[in-house]
Formats: sequence, structure tokens, C-alpha cells
Amino acid sequence: MRGFTWRIGGPQGAGVDRAAQVFAQGFAVSGRYAAMRREYHSNIMGRHSYADVRVEAEPRPGFFARVNALSAMDGETLARHLGAVSPGGLLVYDPEAVRGRLSSLSFLDPPARERVARALGIADPSLEDVLEAYRLGGVEPVPVPAKALLKEAGAGSRALGTLLAAVAARMLGLERSAFLQALEGVFSARPEVLAMNRRLSELAFERFEPKHEAPPARFAGARIWVNGSMASAMGKVAAGLGFMSYYPITPATEEPFYLEAHPESGVTVVQVEDELSAVNMAIGAALAGTPAALTTSGPGFSLMPEALSFAGLVEAPLVVTLYQRGGPSTGLPTRHEQGDLLFALFAGHGEFPRAVLASGSVEEMYEDAALALRLAWRYQMPVVHLADKHLAQVQKVLSPFDPAVPRAEPKTAEPAPAFPRYRLEVEDGVSPFIPVGEPGGYYWITSDEHDEYGHITEDPELRVAMMDKRLKKLKALRAELAPEAMYRYYRPEAPAVVVGWGSVKEAALAALAEVAGIGYLQVRFLAPFPNLGEVLAGKRVAVLEQNATGQLARLLAMESGIRPETLILKYNGRPMTIEEVTEAFRAFARGEAGPRVVLREGV
Amino acid sequence: MKPATFRSEISPDWCPGCGNYGIVAALTRAFAALGLSSDRVALVSGIGCSAKTVHYLNAYGLHTLHGRGLPVAQGLKLARPELTVIAIAGDGDGMGIGAGHFVGAGRRNVDLLYLLFNNEVYGMTKGQAAPTLELGARPKGLARPNLQGRVNPLALAYAAGFTFIARGFAFDTRGLAELIAEGIRHRGLALVEILQPCPTYNDLHTREWFAERIYPLKEAGYDPEAASPGVFLEAAEAWGERIPVGIFWRRRLPTFEERLGLSELPKNAPAARARALIEDARI
Repeated sequence: MRGFTWRIGGPQGAGVDRAAQVFAQGFAVSGRYAAMRREYHSNIMGRHSYADVRVEAEPRPGFFARVNALSAMDGETLARHLGAVSPGGLLVYDPEAVRGRLSSLSFLDPPARERVARALGIADPSLEDVLEAYRLGGVEPVPVPAKALLKEAGAGSRALGTLLAAVAARMLGLERSAFLQALEGVFSARPEVLAMNRRLSELAFERFEPKHEAPPARFAGARIWVNGSMASAMGKVAAGLGFMSYYPITPATEEPFYLEAHPESGVTVVQVEDELSAVNMAIGAALAGTPAALTTSGPGFSLMPEALSFAGLVEAPLVVTLYQRGGPSTGLPTRHEQGDLLFALFAGHGEFPRAVLASGSVEEMYEDAALALRLAWRYQMPVVHLADKHLAQVQKVLSPFDPAVPRAEPKTAEPAPAFPRYRLEVEDGVSPFIPVGEPGGYYWITSDEHDEYGHITEDPELRVAMMDKRLKKLKALRAELAPEAMYRYYRPEAPAVVVGWGSVKEAALAALAEVAGIGYLQVRFLAPFPNLGEVLAGKRVAVLEQNATGQLARLLAMESGIRPETLILKYNGRPMTIEEVTEAFRAFARGEAGPRVVLREGV
Repeated sequence: MKPATFRSEISPDWCPGCGNYGIVAALTRAFAALGLSSDRVALVSGIGCSAKTVHYLNAYGLHTLHGRGLPVAQGLKLARPELTVIAIAGDGDGMGIGAGHFVGAGRRNVDLLYLLFNNEVYGMTKGQAAPTLELGARPKGLARPNLQGRVNPLALAYAAGFTFIARGFAFDTRGLAELIAEGIRHRGLALVEILQPCPTYNDLHTREWFAERIYPLKEAGYDPEAASPGVFLEAAEAWGERIPVGIFWRRRLPTFEERLGLSELPKNAPAARARALIEDARI
């Protein structure tokens, strides 16, 4: 079999995530390329969640809307994902879950129920009706006598996910040993749970027969299993991170939480009372010479602009990793969006230099997190690293990252009493830095405009000199960054180009493989913004963004004078799928896309 | 070093008669008494008249944002535990816009000293009521009597978990210097509330008003290490004809640095630390 996508759905808290990890890592440890993404409600227990695992013989970007196999842990999953399984696909389910009417499913909210009812043409369909619809759609039902098998293995109902994952893995051609190896990795901390899941998995492999051959195992060499949050943490540590403060918020907390669990990182991690404290504490640590960063999401970042402006003025090296989620306000707390681009660029009163960069994949999270920290220290200014819910949580198998990255280091000087921290005579705008607390020195910093010694000034000439000094940094940064560091241009010879930023990249590259005559330009630095005017001259231009208003399109107009003819947008909280982006690219290539295309796929 | 060597060349721009002059004198006296040097001390302030203090002292001085001195000070201390860190806040800065940090810091017990300059008004913005001003009081900057009640910094510090709680008077330089020195010596989070007049905007509680009321707690046989919560609260709430100063509460609890195990955190090269994480993610 070629590559495939498998999905597992069930109630939150019932083990969907772990089952998916075992399945995905089983294919990964046996040498296949595997990636996984999760969708879930803002809820601890009971509401619907699901995970997709894509398995390929070669690394392939992105996720499809349609899957080749679905393991349904409950009736709600059957209902919600009707139509998601491709003809010829498998439906692995517990027949006992196929009972009653959709109206009796308490967490299947009315709009979702009505969609299924409309699709079936039945006012209040039963789950049998739903199952029949799968059959009619060419999907092969695979009933699993879950109760009996769980009993036989001495397992509780919480192991249902493992069972349905094991059956699917078996039918999709995975070796038994690989599944068990993955199981061991995921449940290593809980020996009894592991033993029980092992018995259950062995039963599944015994009672079911392979239906497909797994993709060939071509991944050679060492491998790691990471998500974007881990990659970001690793990148920062490699560049020298020593301090991270945070206030809990989805989906930004995974990164500090991961570091808390790994003291070998050497990072001091502090959970604080609010986001104001998080950002100011990180600034304090940075001023003392320890590379510091914090992670947050939209609502938390909304509380930080004052401190961002402070860091800009006092020239504190600060990294904020902004994991965007669906806004505005509390919005869609566990869903995906790229709605904070312009906010990240303009947050904070007054004018000060900053860098803003965005990653397009888990691998780039590692690279960019390290780069963000290095630039913050090189230029003594705040750097915002844009990521999002999708990148935070997408997991995949990769070759181990190279820990030898350029480190975060300041331009330094000999400590001295009354050290002139803000020396004006510097070509690149970066005055030499000594950490607060360095023996042999002392100096002042102030959030007021200041003189070279960090004392308050309101002198009109000094003000202009200091403002100019700070803003010079951007020029130096722009000169340091080669154009290819600021953007990546795929298929630049094509007459039409889609411009995007951040995590839309993977779906875009997957679509590019299907559509001729289009290039993709990934903007990596949003500030300073690359000179795209010439690059895009004479091309037909569209933008691709996960938001409702086309924020990059506005930035392109502002920075490069380019007005894209088409905005391809999505704001339903679900990441872009390969199918819908491909279709939009086709329409754009034919010149039939119109001014605004809204992508709507996703469960 | 002598107290005078800690005074910087910058001339204070506080009003004549401001309590802050007494506080600067007490700080330099305490630094000299403890044998500190300028490069081993960091002062972190917020915004307001009190915040300018750092510019008048020869030491690392960080004049930060309104209400945010404590988070910056904690970040600094956790990054450089060997440093003597002193956070400085005004009453509005500490008990108003920064009150959340006051509570958060109390729960952690980071080893630093927090000085709360309390003159009951927002001086820099022309005398509005601070969170420490009594209900119904009307110093001259107010258009009407204060409609909001007073927060007691000592009681709040106790509730939040501060392990050293003291109060001094700005013009009792000798007594205040001793409290500051004790607060620096204390291992854990120390609060010294400093009562001070605002000669420009607080015409109710003047230097003389305080001077005739304050008395040292220890003269009354008060023991801050033995005082029960009830005894502490009674002393902390005492106000009016007789106002106690001195150390109200002193306990030893593990500092946040100890709880974090800062001294055991690996300090090897970043690449080695990253490699450890990457190795751990192997499958």
C-alpha cells in the first residue's frame, strides 16, 4: 500500500491521544514516516476529540481531509466523521456503540447533528442509519467485539483506544513487534497499564488479519518523535536558554511544561501569577545575563504589549513564542488560527525595533526558536516567534536535530562603575552589554527615555539620538539576514505565486506538487519584512492565510506595494487540508479564483 | 564603603521635605553597615516618585514599569542568586496596579527585600488616593473624600506568605536602616513598609503627625518569631494614636531558589543540554 491516513475519534479523556501516539510511533519505529495531529474541544472530559496519523514511505508535507481508515471509539465519532473515509477505506468500531438515535448523543451539538441528518435525508437518524451510510459510501465496516476482548485481556474500558488502534494497525500492515515497541515507549512510566495494553494488543494482532501492506520502511538512522512545542524548547536550549516564565494557556503551555519535566535542560521554569509577571520576569532574567523566553497565546499576549515596549526601550533581549489560536477574545481556545500577525507586529506603544518570524513546520520550530534567541541577544531587542496551535501539537518522526547551533551571545565590554549601557557611538545601534549583577560594574536602566548612562532625560537632542540608535538595529539586522533567510521561494519560475506565512506551508507545498504553473513564497521574517516588490513584479499574486481578513495581504501592500488578486483564507479553527488548498490553487492557476476564497473543510 | 559612596551624582528631584530623602539615607547606611559593594546590589523600582530612588544610588538600578518591579526583581534574583536584590514600590505601584505580583511573590518566598514606600497618595499624578488611604479621608488633592477602603500591606503580606514583615518610618533613618539590613539578611521574601509623609499632597499625615505616634514594637516586648497570627494581626492593624514600627513577623521557610533546586540545575554547555533533550526524544 502507498501512504495512508488513519483517524481515531472518541470522547476526550478516554485515551484517544495515547492510542494515536502508539499507532503513529509503531509505524515510525519500524522505519515509516509518520506524523500526527490532534483536534479537541476546550473540555477536560467527554467532548469529542480525534487524531489523524499520516504514514508514508517518504517524508510528505501536510494532512488530508479524507482518511483511509477510521477507528471510532463511540457513536458520536461515527456521526461526526461521516463522509471522511475514502471509498475502499476501513471503519473499525465497537458494534455496541452503534445504538440509538443521534438526538440521544448528549455532546453531538445541534449543528453537527443537523449536518448528518441533512446528508442522510432523515430527520433524526439512528446510528444504524449512519453505519449504513458508511457502507453505501464504499467503506468496509470492521466490527470489533470490544467488550469480550477487553475482558479476555483483563483490561478496563480505558484501553478501548489501544484495542481499536491495534486492530487498525494490524489491518494496515504494521508488524506486531513494532506496535508493541511503541506501546512500551508510550506507557513506560506505568508498568501495569503497559502489561494490560500489551495483552490486548497481542489479542488484536491474533484475531485480525492484515488487509493492506504497510508502506515500505525507508527511514534510515536515528529518529526522534517530537511535536512543535518540544522542537521549540530544544532549539531555545541549544541556543542557550536558561530561564522561562509562563502563565498557563492553551496551546502555549506544552513547551514550558515539557521543560519543567526535563531538568536536564538546565532551564529555570517558573509558573507565575499572570502574563504581566511572565513577561517582566523573563525581562529581569535576561537583563541579568540569562537567555530568557516565554510562551503564550493570543489572550496572554494581549496582556504583554506594555512590557514589549519596555523591552524595546531598555534594549532587553526577549523572546516571546506566540502560539496563536482561534480569536478574538477567548475565541476557539483549542483550535487553530493565524489571527495575530498584525498584532505581533504592532503590539506595544511607541516605536521600537523588534523582529517577528514565523515557522512553517516542526523542523523549522527548532531552527527558528534558536534563531529568535540568537537575534534577541545579538540585537538586544524583543523577538516574537509566531507559531500556532497546529504547530504546537503536530507530532512527527524526524532525524535528531543538530544541537550545534549559533548561541545567543551579546556584544559585551569590560564591567565598570557607572557603565555607559546605552553608548551612542555604535554603528549597528547595539551598545555593548554587561549583565546586571556582573562583578566590577553597575549601571542604570530606566523605562523613561535616557542618556548613555541609563538616567532619565527629556532633552530633545538626546531623545532623537537615542531613538535613532535603537532604530538603527533594524537596518543592521536586515543587512545580516540574507534574502533566503527572510523568505523561501518554491518554484520561483512559475508565473503565478501564492504568498503565505507560518504553518500553511505544508498544505501549500503538498498542493504545489499537484498544480503546475504556481510557485509558493513562504515569508519567514514578517519584521523586518523582505523586499518582495521586485521578486513579485510581473507575477500574479495570491495569499494563503489562516485568518478572515488577509493580514499578510495588508502587510504586502504596506511593505511592498503589492495588492494580491486573490485571498485564500480559512478561519473555521481547523488547519488547511491538502485537498482544499489544491483545489484553491487550481482555481487560482486558471485565473478563476476570484478575490476571496474561503476554505471550510474540517471536523 | 561609607554610606556616602553609595550616593550617585544625580540630584534628586523630589519635593523639599519628601520622605524619600530619609529612605535614601537609610539605604546607604544599611549598605555600609552590611559591607556591601555597589556591584553586588541591584535595586528594582516601578513607576512614581519612589521609583526614581534607583537613580540616586550607586548600584545596579532598574527603573521599570508601573507595578512590575517585583516580577523583574524576581527574574533578576533567580538568574543571579548571589546578588542582593531590593525591589522598591510606591503604595499605588505595590498595593494597586502591582498587587497581584505582591501576592504571587509571597507564595514563592524568593530571597529579596521589598520596600513599600507608603505616603497614602499618588504624588506624581497630583495626589489621588492610594490603596493605603483610609476610607473617608480627604487629603488636599482629592475632590471628594476617599470612597474606597484601605488595604493593610502588613496583613496582606502575611496572607500571601511573606516570611519577614516589618514597618519603619522614613525619618527614623537609624531605625529604618536597621530594618533594611535585617530584611536583606533575612533568607526569603522580606517586606519593609515605610511610612512617609508626602509634604505636597498628604496634609493629613505629616512628618510631625507620624513622629508623635510611632513607637518600636520590641519595646512592648513583641517577639516576631514567636508572635501568633492573632497577635501579629492585632499589631499590624494598630493605627491611630499609637503606630507600631519594627519587625512584625519572621519565619524561616525554604526560599524559591531552594525549592527550584537552582544550585543543582545543570550548567553545562547549551549544546550538551539540548543533546540530552534530543536523546530523550529518541524512539
